[in-house]
Amino acid sequence: MTVHEGLRGQAAIVGVADAVSPTGELDGSVQALEVAMIREALDDAGLTIGDVDAVFSCTWAGWAPSLGLAEYLGIAPRWTDSTQTGGSSFEVHVEHAAAAIALGLVDVAVIAYAGTPRSSFKRGGSGFASRQTMPGLTPQAEWEMPYGLRMPMGAYALAASRHMAEYGTTSEQMAQIAVDARRWAAMNPRARLQEQISVEDVLASPLEASPLRKLDCCLVTDGAGAVVLTSAERARDLRKPPALVLGTGTCHTHSMISQMPDLTTTGAVVSGALAFAAAGLGPDDVDVVELYDSFTITVLLLLEDLGFCPKGEGGRFVAEGVLGPGGSRPANTTGGGLAYTHPGMFGIFLLVEAVRQLRGECGPRQVAGAEVALAHGSGGVLSAMSTVILGTEATA
Amino acid sequence: MSAADDAPPAPTRFEPPVAPASAPFWDASREQRLVLQWCRDCERPIHYPREACPRCLGTELEFRPASGRGVVYAASVMPKPGNASMAGREPYVVALVDLEEGVRMLSNVVGLRPELVEVGLAVEVTWEPLSDGRHLPLFAAATQA
Ligand SMILES: [Zn+2]
Repeated sequence: MTVHEGLRGQAAIVGVADAVSPTGELDGSVQALEVAMIREALDDAGLTIGDVDAVFSCTWAGWAPSLGLAEYLGIAPRWTDSTQTGGSSFEVHVEHAAAAIALGLVDVAVIAYAGTPRSSFKRGGSGFASRQTMPGLTPQAEWEMPYGLRMPMGAYALAASRHMAEYGTTSEQMAQIAVDARRWAAMNPRARLQEQISVEDVLASPLEASPLRKLDCCLVTDGAGAVVLTSAERARDLRKPPALVLGTGTCHTHSMISQMPDLTTTGAVVSGALAFAAAGLGPDDVDVVELYDSFTITVLLLLEDLGFCPKGEGGRFVAEGVLGPGGSRPANTTGGGLAYTHPGMFGIFLLVEAVRQLRGECGPRQVAGAEVALAHGSGGVLSAMSTVILGTEATA
Repeated sequence: MSAADDAPPAPTRFEPPVAPASAPFWDASREQRLVLQWCRDCERPIHYPREACPRCLGTELEFRPASGRGVVYAASVMPKPGNASMAGREPYVVALVDLEEGVRMLSNVVGLRPELVEVGLAVEVTWEPLSDGRHLPLFAAATQA
């Protein structure tokens, strides 16, 4: 296992932006939203489009996303990246950007995302599903689709089923994760779902794929976001305090759920260990965690795999509300994909919130004195894991 | 036993395409025989079938008969159809089945009430006809230990 110690603190996230709405809908095309986010994130940093020499996009329409985005922006970047790992793409992009910046190959990188599945669906489109259809001769068409697994919730339901059988995890324990997400969302006026719920509410919501119920599942909303990175050195002259990239790690273990080696253990075991080793930190050093909460079970698995609790103990760990406001392990402080927004992919929002927490910009939901934040993306069906550990200047 | 007794007369199920590497699997399904691809160098089974072994990248591969016996590794009940071709079958169980030979397959467990399909249940293969003479492997509770 190679440890990227040389990258510690070399690059920083210096600008962030996101757009969401309590209605779940945004005006404007995906292109317009993505460009607006880039403009806003550059402005947040005190930079302009002329400073940008690296673009990262995994969703821009067409055969080569980063080419399409750069063309639309009117720039000719020297570093380009269209890496697509699903919801974790943006954490992977940060890792790639930070490495390139550390080597001096990139000066200013922009990473952007926009999705409008909710308004697309309302207009009669297929929403995010248009990106998920798998026509033709694919292993998924041959070995999974004939069996009618509901996607994506069915894949996560299989993981939950196995975790419950192997470790005695209960639906009540998983439900607490959704309850805590709403407690954070109640302090976030931009969150889609701000009403408080109880464990009983989660258990009474309609079954989607046993054991997962509707309130175990993330939202479908419009949303957009962007982050800007540059060197730690340049960051010190910019508008906002930098969020230094202290450590990163990535690991993907499969593409289809039926090929996942162990449904109770994700590649976050590897990505987390890499990121912590690079940062020279451990789970106890993290003040606030932003974990991809596509489903309640996702959070439970990530808490275990990143070392916040032992394998198999996730259910008991979350049961008393430690993830919520005032808890010992504050997590998903926007309300997460379960309550804040989830426009097909959530990874960019994990980064944006982690940076805002480190800057102390989060108002009522601010975790006091946050110096180290961990953002962890999960893409595909627990397939592609990517961990980014960020810190304030005090952690440099 | 066969699940065909319970199946609609004209199968509407999403019919799997056949990749070149898996043609022998589907050919055997015409006779309701379950076969698995093996790597002759590793002496290990491979599923899904590939052009090369996902362990050693070797191409000395062959199909061998499988017992058809396995154990449910994970299971989920679908209260709504996962795609249009499953409409009318809900609720139904999608499960990952660990076959005796050491590979895992996604499938449906049929022939018993969905809530009775638990992790650890011993199952055996059963077949549902597809429109082109192939059969789709499904699983039912094992009739013998
Ligand atoms: Zn081999």
